[in-house]
Amino acid sequence: MGVRTPPPRGKLKVFLGYAAGVGKTHAMLEAAHQRRDEGVDVVVGHVDTHGRAEMQPLVDGLEVIPPCRFEAGGAARPEMDIDAILARKPQLVLIDELAHTNAPGARHARRYQDVEELLSAGIDVYATLNIQNLESLKDVVVQITGVTVRDTVPDRIMDGIDSLELIDLPPEELIRRLHEGKVSVPDQTARAIQKFFRPGNLTALREMALRHTAAQVDDEMRAYKKAHAIFNPWAATDRLLVCISANPLSERLVRTGRRLAGQLDVEWFVLYVETPGAGALPEEARDRVARTLHLAEDLGGRSVTIPGQDVAEAILDYARAHNITKIIVGKSLGLRWQDLFRGSIVDRIIHDSDAIDVYVISARSSRVSPVPRMVPRAAQPWQHYAYSAALVVAVTLAGQLVRSVIAPTNLVMLYLLAVVIAATRWGRGPSVLSAVLGVLLFDFFLVSPQLTFRVSDAQYILTFIGLLAVGLVISTLAAREREQAETVRRRETYTGALYGLSRDLATTVDLGAIIQAAIKHVGELFHCDSAIFLPQGDTLALRACSPGFPIDDDGYAAANWVYQQGRMAGQGTGTLAGTDARYLPLKTAQSVIGVVGVKLVDEFQVLNPDQERLLEALLRQVALAVEATQLAEKAGQAHLLRETEKLQTALLNSISHDLRTPLSSITGALSSLRDDAGYLDEAARQDLIDTAWEEAGRLNNLVSNLLSMTRLEAGAMRLSPDICDVQDLIGVALSQMTIRLRSRTVTVDAPQSLPPVSVDLVLAAQALVNVIDNAVKYSPPDTPVGIRAYHERDEVVIEVTDSGPGIPQDGLQSIFDKFYRLQRVSDTTGIGLGLSITRGIIELHGGRAWAENRAGGGAAVSIALPAQHTVTQDGAHG
Amino acid sequence: MAEQTIRVLVVDDDRAIRRLLRTSLGAHGYQVVEAASGHEALEAVIAHHPDLIILDLGLPDLDGVDVTRQLREWSQIPIIVLSVREHEHDKITALDAGADDYLTKPFGAGELLARLRVALRHTQAQPGEEAVFTLGSLSVDLARRVVRVRGEEVQLTPNEYALLRMFIQHAGKVLTHHQLLREVWGPGYEHEKHLLRVNISNLRSKLEDEPARPQIILTEPGVGYRLRAAG
Repeated sequence: MGVRTPPPRGKLKVFLGYAAGVGKTHAMLEAAHQRRDEGVDVVVGHVDTHGRAEMQPLVDGLEVIPPCRFEAGGAARPEMDIDAILARKPQLVLIDELAHTNAPGARHARRYQDVEELLSAGIDVYATLNIQNLESLKDVVVQITGVTVRDTVPDRIMDGIDSLELIDLPPEELIRRLHEGKVSVPDQTARAIQKFFRPGNLTALREMALRHTAAQVDDEMRAYKKAHAIFNPWAATDRLLVCISANPLSERLVRTGRRLAGQLDVEWFVLYVETPGAGALPEEARDRVARTLHLAEDLGGRSVTIPGQDVAEAILDYARAHNITKIIVGKSLGLRWQDLFRGSIVDRIIHDSDAIDVYVISARSSRVSPVPRMVPRAAQPWQHYAYSAALVVAVTLAGQLVRSVIAPTNLVMLYLLAVVIAATRWGRGPSVLSAVLGVLLFDFFLVSPQLTFRVSDAQYILTFIGLLAVGLVISTLAAREREQAETVRRRETYTGALYGLSRDLATTVDLGAIIQAAIKHVGELFHCDSAIFLPQGDTLALRACSPGFPIDDDGYAAANWVYQQGRMAGQGTGTLAGTDARYLPLKTAQSVIGVVGVKLVDEFQVLNPDQERLLEALLRQVALAVEATQLAEKAGQAHLLRETEKLQTALLNSISHDLRTPLSSITGALSSLRDDAGYLDEAARQDLIDTAWEEAGRLNNLVSNLLSMTRLEAGAMRLSPDICDVQDLIGVALSQMTIRLRSRTVTVDAPQSLPPVSVDLVLAAQALVNVIDNAVKYSPPDTPVGIRAYHERDEVVIEVTDSGPGIPQDGLQSIFDKFYRLQRVSDTTGIGLGLSITRGIIELHGGRAWAENRAGGGAAVSIALPAQHTVTQDGAHG
Repeated sequence: MAEQTIRVLVVDDDRAIRRLLRTSLGAHGYQVVEAASGHEALEAVIAHHPDLIILDLGLPDLDGVDVTRQLREWSQIPIIVLSVREHEHDKITALDAGADDYLTKPFGAGELLARLRVALRHTQAQPGEEAVFTLGSLSVDLARRVVRVRGEEVQLTPNEYALLRMFIQHAGKVLTHHQLLREVWGPGYEHEKHLLRVNISNLRSKLEDEPARPQIILTEPGVGYRLRAAG
């Protein structure tokens, strides 16, 4: 499979406005007309004129790709037909509303994804966009206008555009147009329009659009200067680090980070520190972290997850190691009890940051909607509390029994034991409960006066405090130990899984086994059904899948798309989300070599970042293993090629000798006859003629053999098999050798009762002729040659025996090799192709050929063909 | 050998082959007319009324098989195909198109002359008029349907006899599987090759001295069978 060379990426031009109605679409259409007049092939992918009359003529002059329709909630929603555009392959396509969200069932969830695919297909795109649809401005827009924008475009799209045209209109003018009905905002109610199109809002949005454009121009200027080496702008590079947590406000931090990074024009990172306790986080919190990291990637940041015991320390270590100059953190909502002693994470970062600037972002905001809970938490912690309480009660009962024998102060040890057990088995909460409950019960039941919390001896107060303090410390330590062990165990599972897969992959070079191993491991680890698609010729074909994997046309389409684009798609992604499974590319450094489909058994299960990474790592291994087999195959082909070259050299050497020898005999004989001036007597003339005739026959034979060999090697030897009697086969072979066998006695033992064989009579006869010819060649003249046919198991064997010197032991195999010739008989000619052709032909018939030495002297070469049992004798009278 | 001069049309684009045939056929008393292409051949047939055509398949303009088909639309003149194409498929196509015989290059002049005589005999003397056919130790009384090998009467099934009679009618000529099956078993049986195989095997075991080295019914591998020409 070769590496596809993608077409050069298309160019994206965005017509940016600050609100609907400023004239983006109009400007785009006018620009398109200009381009068309320049001879550019322009089509309209999707333009909504909102029924405005003055726009229609502009559209009418252009070719419009008709939209396709998707059933959504009973109504068919027209959507841009991306396949039609790809098939039409214009130079430039016009697409309105870059931020649009597609109807369910469309290939991509979002229109900007459509645009990305068109760009990567080498098509230029003109698109329109309103400034409030930019992802990084989402929070700002909410703050200014009070409207939450749902359809946003990731900033990386805007960063990747090739040119930007700002379409500006003074806000008063826009409002006037709105009142004149020239601005159409069909989906919004009049009130919402009123609310949105306030001069204040519009001015703020306009400012944002102008600023953004200015920044873009600035970037271009800088890029230009850099390209022309006007000055070095990278003298001191800032690097920005955004620290996030499971806190819902983290998304805001990320957007802020993106804006700041954009303004400073610096590289930025988003860091999540996974503490040992992370495994205990609720599923929704882990989901949120994953989503925040995804958002960061979308916005163009680099997202990083590192494990760490102490968050502040881990952040600073990372920052120092990566030359971070600015850190963004969020103000914590609540204080944890440890913070009393050590200060909050933010405080400690600020305290230890030295030269690094720290930006603390306020946490005040209630607009961030909580994420719906996906899966109920599986653990049942209340049971753990009940167990630890029961344990403490049991200790108290035991204490009651032995109270008369053992002093109460010593019984404290039993309570400590209970705390330790609770801490190691059920975690921190239950162990704290057991410590507190232990103190209370100890006081109540065991310390006199009993059955009251009053204490007669003040010494016991110290015992209580000691018990409580020790209990808390032990519970903290033990619980942390347990959490660490848990983290280690989790990582171990993953490492183990990777190791298991790599071991399975290392032990095989067979593609089928690799695929089976991949399906097995992925299935076991993620509780999912999976399938592997590999390219076959020009198309992508399903290689293997687990039984529960849904295979349908949608799945194939998704797999093909993933293979073409090298990005994942399907369920749970933004592309082709309607399919039942998720499709991920099998990527190596060079290319996409296949596609894996994954369908989680539990439909609502979401992979956490750890699992995502593990899946990615597994697939990388599989991709490498598959690539390795493909490389091995190629190496094998190269080896074959070298072998073939060696053979060709040997062939040429043989040919130069073996073709010329008979040819010189013929020309010699003919020239003697031609130039004879009457000196040759009749016998001499006859002898010369016979020589020429025989040598010509040999030459012809040689050419036929060379042709047969070439056909065999090229795989061009086609069989047209017929059911045929072995007697007939032998008869045909013998009839072709009448002259060669003139001086020989040939005994034939072939009973009529033998089952027939299915052979291509011409080729099989040639195979047999070569065997008989070999027997004649390697045995003294006038000695007999025997041909015997017999039925053994499900084969018919034809054995040809001679009375020659036999075959040396090490030659029994190699006489079937090309150009092998027994050296002893010096006057034997031929280039050693005969038996090699025989074996080639016989194996083509599903038979086999072998040689052995006869007990009584001489060699025996046998060919065996599968016996046929089809036809009955009834046919004779049919 | 011939009472009157027999005219042979040699169609081949290779001058060396034409020269060879002109020399060897001329030495045996045949008059040779030459043509180097398919169209020339068709014109020569009209102009010279040859008694037999020796036809190459690989001609520059028309394929030899097409020439055969066109000729067979209005002429029953014997055609012997002489070609380097040795694949059975080519042979069958030529024979089914109406050629009388097929010989692959390189060929022996003796073999060609023998085939030539066979082809001419069929046009000159109608077979079947002779009541008794003999070939080596085999004699067949066609009028009384009696088959004898070395004087001993041999019992044949009706199909075996029908096969043998067809061979005798076309003695020396290749008969394709299709032709034999259609003539003996009737239309619709063209592909029942096993019938042919079994009956030939039985015929040989009844007629031949050594069935594994047949001397009467010869196999043309992949094409069909041929009764050995007498003499």
